[in-house]
Amino acid sequence: MKSLAALLTTALALGSAQAASTITVATVNNPDMVTMQKLTPEFNKLYPDINVKWVVLPENELRQKITLDVASGAGSFDVATVGAYEVPIWAKNGWLDPLTPAFAKNPDIAKSYNVSDLIPGVRNALTVGGQLYAVPFYAESSMTFYNKDLFKKAGVTMPVNPTWTQIESFAAKINDPKNGTYGICLRGLPGWGENMAVFSTVMNTFGGRWFDNNWQPQLNSAAWKNAMTFYVNVIKKYGPPGATSNGFTENLTLMSQGKCGMWVDATVAAGLLSDPASSKIVNTVGFANAPTGPGTTRGNHWYWSWNLAIPKSSKQEDAAFKFITWATSKDYIALVAKTKGSWASVPPGTRTSTYTNAQYRKAAGAFSSLVQKSISSADVTKATKDPVPYTGIQYVAIPEFQALGTQVGQYLAGAISGQTTVDQALAQAQAAAQKVAKDGGYQK
Amino acid sequence: MTTLPQSGTQVPANNTPKKPPVNVLGGLLTALTYLLTFLFFFPILWMVMAAFKTEAQAFQTPPVFVFTPILDNFRVAFERYFPALLNSLGAAFGSTILAFILGLPAAFALAFYTTPRSRSVLTWMLSTKFMPAVGVIVPLYLLFTNLHLLDTLPGLILMYTTMNLPLVVWMMHSYMTEIPYAIFEAARVDGASVWREFFGMALPLSLPGISATALLAVIFAWNEAFFALNLTTSDAAPLSVFIGSFKTGEGLFWAQMSAAAVLTVFPVIVFGWIAQRQLVRGLSFGAVK
Repeated sequence: MKSLAALLTTALALGSAQAASTITVATVNNPDMVTMQKLTPEFNKLYPDINVKWVVLPENELRQKITLDVASGAGSFDVATVGAYEVPIWAKNGWLDPLTPAFAKNPDIAKSYNVSDLIPGVRNALTVGGQLYAVPFYAESSMTFYNKDLFKKAGVTMPVNPTWTQIESFAAKINDPKNGTYGICLRGLPGWGENMAVFSTVMNTFGGRWFDNNWQPQLNSAAWKNAMTFYVNVIKKYGPPGATSNGFTENLTLMSQGKCGMWVDATVAAGLLSDPASSKIVNTVGFANAPTGPGTTRGNHWYWSWNLAIPKSSKQEDAAFKFITWATSKDYIALVAKTKGSWASVPPGTRTSTYTNAQYRKAAGAFSSLVQKSISSADVTKATKDPVPYTGIQYVAIPEFQALGTQVGQYLAGAISGQTTVDQALAQAQAAAQKVAKDGGYQK
Repeated sequence: MTTLPQSGTQVPANNTPKKPPVNVLGGLLTALTYLLTFLFFFPILWMVMAAFKTEAQAFQTPPVFVFTPILDNFRVAFERYFPALLNSLGAAFGSTILAFILGLPAAFALAFYTTPRSRSVLTWMLSTKFMPAVGVIVPLYLLFTNLHLLDTLPGLILMYTTMNLPLVVWMMHSYMTEIPYAIFEAARVDGASVWREFFGMALPLSLPGISATALLAVIFAWNEAFFALNLTTSDAAPLSVFIGSFKTGEGLFWAQMSAAAVLTVFPVIVFGWIAQRQLVRGLSFGAVK
C-alpha cells in the first residue's frame, strides 16, 4: 500500500511539473464558481508552484462536510466557500484563520488587493472583532423584477421604490390564471434559505423581528401576523398553483418564460433574466427596488455573499491565501470580463471599483446601479424597526437558525398550502423560537 | 411472478364455469404487467430524455416530450467523468473482490463446519447492518482521519468491503447450504482435504450464487453515496459524488445532472446485461429453498 501511494505521489508530482504545494478548494456548482474553476490555469500562470484541486458539492453537503472536517481537524480543505451566515459563526468557533494578519504578512498582496475597495457593508459582514475572516467572491441583495409587457397590458406602472401594498394591487390587476400568467411569483418552498429568505425581508419591513433584546421571541406579534397574512394571501390569490414547491430556480424559470407579472428575489437573477440563452423576457424585464412595508423601510432587502475563507485545519495557509486573494481581486474580475467577453458576467457586488468601471456600467446598465445600491445599503446590523440582539437581515446569525428557519419555513408553507391557518402556523413558530432561545442559553 | 397468472386464472374459472374468460383475464394481466413495467421504467426513460434536452426544456411545465436532442450536457458531464469512473470501478470491484476473499471461506465454514455459535456469528454479521450509516459516520471519519485514509481509494475500498461483507457471507452461506452434505462426506471418505472441499467442490458448485452475489455487491458499492460524500473529497471521489456536484442553487441544472446520471448508470446496466443469465440462475437457486 505504501509503495503504491509513493508511486501515485510520484506520478502526481511528475504530472504537475514543479508543484511545490497542493491546495484543495471546496465550492458549489454556481455559475460564477464554474468560471473560477475554468480559470485555474490563469492562477497557475501567476503561481506555477501551487497545484489546485477542486471539490464541488451541493450547498448543504458542502456545509456539513466542511463543518465536520474543520471540527475534527482533518484538514482536507485549504479553501472553503462559506456563506455570509456562517462566517461570523465559524469565526467565533475558531474554525477560520483570520486574514488580517495574513495581509500584514504579505504587504505586496495587501497593496494590490486593496481591502478598502471592498464594499463597506460586505466587509462589515465578514469582520468579527475587528478581524477579517473571509474575502467576498460575489455578493447579492434582493430586488423587484417585473414584466413590462404585462404591466402595460394591465395599465399600471412600477415605481422605483414600490411598497408591498402597491405590489398587491398590481398583482391583482395582472393576474390572469386562465392564460397562464400570474400576478406575482414568490418563494413558497420551505427552507431557511428559501421561503424564509424572502419572507423575513417582508416581516422586517412590516415592523417585525425574530427576538427582542432579551431574546424573547416575537413571532406572536401583530407585525408577524400582518406580514404572514399578507404573504400567504398574495401567493394564494395572485401566485401560481403549487407555490410551496417553488424556490429560486423554479421562480426564475416561470419569470423568464413570461408567466409572472412580478418577482421579488435575489439580485443575481437580474443577469440571468437579461441573458438571451435562458430568458424569453430579455427586452421586457424591468427592475425596481425591493418593496417596503407599512412598518419600516429597514430590512426590506437582504444581504448574502459567497466568500472564500481558510479553514483553521489547513496546512497550506500561504498558498490558500494567495488563491483567495487572486480569486476575489480586481484583476480576477477583469479577467472574467475578458474571457467571457462581457462585463455583465463578472462576479458582482464585492468591489466599489466594479461599479465605477465604465465598461461594467455600460454592460449591466439596466440594473447595475440598482444592484449596487441594494447591496451597499443592506446593513446586517440594522435590519429591523426595533432593536435586536442578533445580526443578519434574512437570517439570525446564530448556529440554531438553520434548523429554526427551516422549521418556521415549513409552518409558513403549511399556511400557504391551506393545511393550517396563519394563527396556527404562528403559534407553532413562536413555540419553536422559544425553544431555541431557551435551549441555546440565549435567554438570561 | 410466474405464479401470479395461474392463481389469478383459477379463481374466476371456479366462479363462472360456463365461459372460459381466461384469455381476457390473461390479456388484462399482460397489459397490467406492461403498465407496471412501464411505470417502473418511466423515471429512467425520463432521465435519459432530460439528458438530451436544454436546461429550459428539462424544467418546462407542461413537460416536453418532443424536442430536438442536443449533446451539450454530455460534453459538460464528460469533462469530469473519467476520474470519477475509475474511482467507482476501483471501489466497486476492489471491495467486491476483497469481500469475497474474506467472505467465501467464512460462508463455507459456517455452512459445513458448524459450531453451536454459528447462528450467533451470522446474526452478529447481519447486526452490523442494523445501524443507520449516519449513526457511525463521526467515529468512522475520525478513524479515517487518523489512519490517513480520507479521500483515498484504499479507504473507500475498505469501507465498501465492510458494507458488502455481511451480504457476501449471508448469501453465500445460503447457497452453500443448498449443496447436499453427502457430497462432502463422500469426498472425505476418499480422503479430500478441507482445501480440496473448498476449492474443488464448494466453489464450483456455488458459481451461479457467486456471480449473483458479486453483481449485487458491485451494484451496492457503485450506488453508495453517503460514505462517498463524507469520506472522499476529490482524489477518490466516485460517480455518486460526481452526480451531486452538478446541483446548484443558482440557475438550472437538471439536464446536466441527468446526463451525469445516465453516464453513471450506463456501466451498471452493461454489467447487469452481461451477467443476466447467471443472475437469474443465481437468484432462483436461492429462491426455491
